[in-house]
Amino acid sequence: MEKQDSNGKFIVPIGPQHPALKEPGHFEFAVEGEIVTGAAVRLGYVHRGIEKGAEARNWTQNIYLLERVCGICSHIHATAYTLGVEKLANVVAPPRAQAIRTLVAELERIHSHLLWLGVAAHEGGFDTLFMFSWRDRETVMDLLEMITGNRVHYSTNILGGVKIDLDDEKITAIRKGLDFLEERTHHYLKVINTDETFLGRTRDVGTMSRQQAEELGAVGPTARASGVPRDLRVEAPYAGYHEFPVRLITATEGDLHARFVVRMNECLDCYRVIREILDRLPGGELATRVPRRIPEGETISRVEAPRGELVYFIKSTGGDKPDRIKVRTPSLCNWGTVTSVAVGHKLADMPMLLAGIDPCFSCNDRMVRVNRPDQSQTWSWENLRQYGIEYYR
Amino acid sequence: MNEVKLENPWQQALDRVRSWARINSPWAIHFNSGSCNGCDIEILATLTPRYDVERFGIKLQGSPRHADVLICTGPVTLQARDRLVRIYNQMPEPKFVIAVGSCGLSGGAFQGCYNVVGSIADVIPVDVYVPGCPPRPEAIIYGVVQLLKSLKGETPDPQANAAGAG
Repeated sequence: MEKQDSNGKFIVPIGPQHPALKEPGHFEFAVEGEIVTGAAVRLGYVHRGIEKGAEARNWTQNIYLLERVCGICSHIHATAYTLGVEKLANVVAPPRAQAIRTLVAELERIHSHLLWLGVAAHEGGFDTLFMFSWRDRETVMDLLEMITGNRVHYSTNILGGVKIDLDDEKITAIRKGLDFLEERTHHYLKVINTDETFLGRTRDVGTMSRQQAEELGAVGPTARASGVPRDLRVEAPYAGYHEFPVRLITATEGDLHARFVVRMNECLDCYRVIREILDRLPGGELATRVPRRIPEGETISRVEAPRGELVYFIKSTGGDKPDRIKVRTPSLCNWGTVTSVAVGHKLADMPMLLAGIDPCFSCNDRMVRVNRPDQSQTWSWENLRQYGIEYYR
Repeated sequence: MNEVKLENPWQQALDRVRSWARINSPWAIHFNSGSCNGCDIEILATLTPRYDVERFGIKLQGSPRHADVLICTGPVTLQARDRLVRIYNQMPEPKFVIAVGSCGLSGGAFQGCYNVVGSIADVIPVDVYVPGCPPRPEAIIYGVVQLLKSLKGETPDPQANAAGAG
């Protein structure tokens, strides 16, 4: 992922174990004095081979495995997978299940954005905000634990529906928690927009124009902060987003400050959507029956994860195990923006720039093969399959 | 304790002071050797106001050369193995390792994936195992407290307060 040739320059290597981010990733910044002239990212420390592992597990076991692609956005991975498998099996989950999926997904988005707010503030040296936002995040963690029974991997989805239900007591508790969080989010918006020190670190730092964002293939809040109107919940509603539409939130500045504002405004919209779901929660069954063997076919399932567009490709040959599962996660798409906008900034801005895209290494460490025009080669499926068999033998 | 014990009474007194200081304020580093982030955000949560592990004197450190305790999460991937061993070797003696999460204990959900070497104990010696997928922050704190107890010379009792370590 090298952006610029960094020969003959002083290079600052960072990682893979480093105090800035809690996950392993290796960065090389070429600097001239204090100014960064080139940036390179090396990923792959957390590559575990989940896609291949999924081929050895059956359809139900894969929900468990694929939730563990990422601990922060686990529910959305399971949702993308179950929606895809349901499409293959020609089954539609009941409306109540879809609503509960949407509800948990939105709660997860709140938890992810508050987590990111804290981490990004920490990278900027603003530890007070880190502590405050993580304290308030415990509220939404409590809600998720109350609804699903676990703080991190919720295991809400099953093929054909969900396995948890809401009752009046839980609904009251969620409303109470949301009221508190909404008040706090308004406070954070005020801090982000008015605190001089904070604005000094974020305003006009890492500015990315709309054209750049589109060319580099940015997704999610990073793209929306540059004015790209791209949100799958609006463009291609899935699960419960038909009945409970969300607002598309964008900003035009494209700098770090805009990314803070977009994410916090998204939280506010999450509260509104969750309240709407609680007001008009459909009744009925929680799950429908899904056959153990999924009919032959292939499908693409797209959802909007907290970090952007998440795509699952699922192929079945009619057995009780998938033939192929391909995951495309949002974090990987956003790395290109970091290496491009880093050039010309001070080295001290790098941690915040890195955190600005909300990187999640556990989901972005996957195999990518980039074919350059001068060394492209075409493999037939048979060759590729043979290569795979030999490789894993 | 891996320190060389000398017969010199002055040295013995010094060792006692060192051990006392270490128990009062162990410095930890955190390394993710291939985990899904679930354990990592729970480790971070132990540092934040609700759980606040700093009240036990535990501080998260950036550099392995300053640390006493390595808190390690996740199954060990092929890429991360060398780094994990290097970080372990960089830590000054005596050093302790806490493996957090089911993957760190056994490989967990990722057993059999082609890029996974196995549990943390396959690569470096581990002192405390904290099970759970992911363990609650309370469980992580409990694991650290068990380590501190064993440093004091007490026998850790996994059964005591086990209910709180779900």
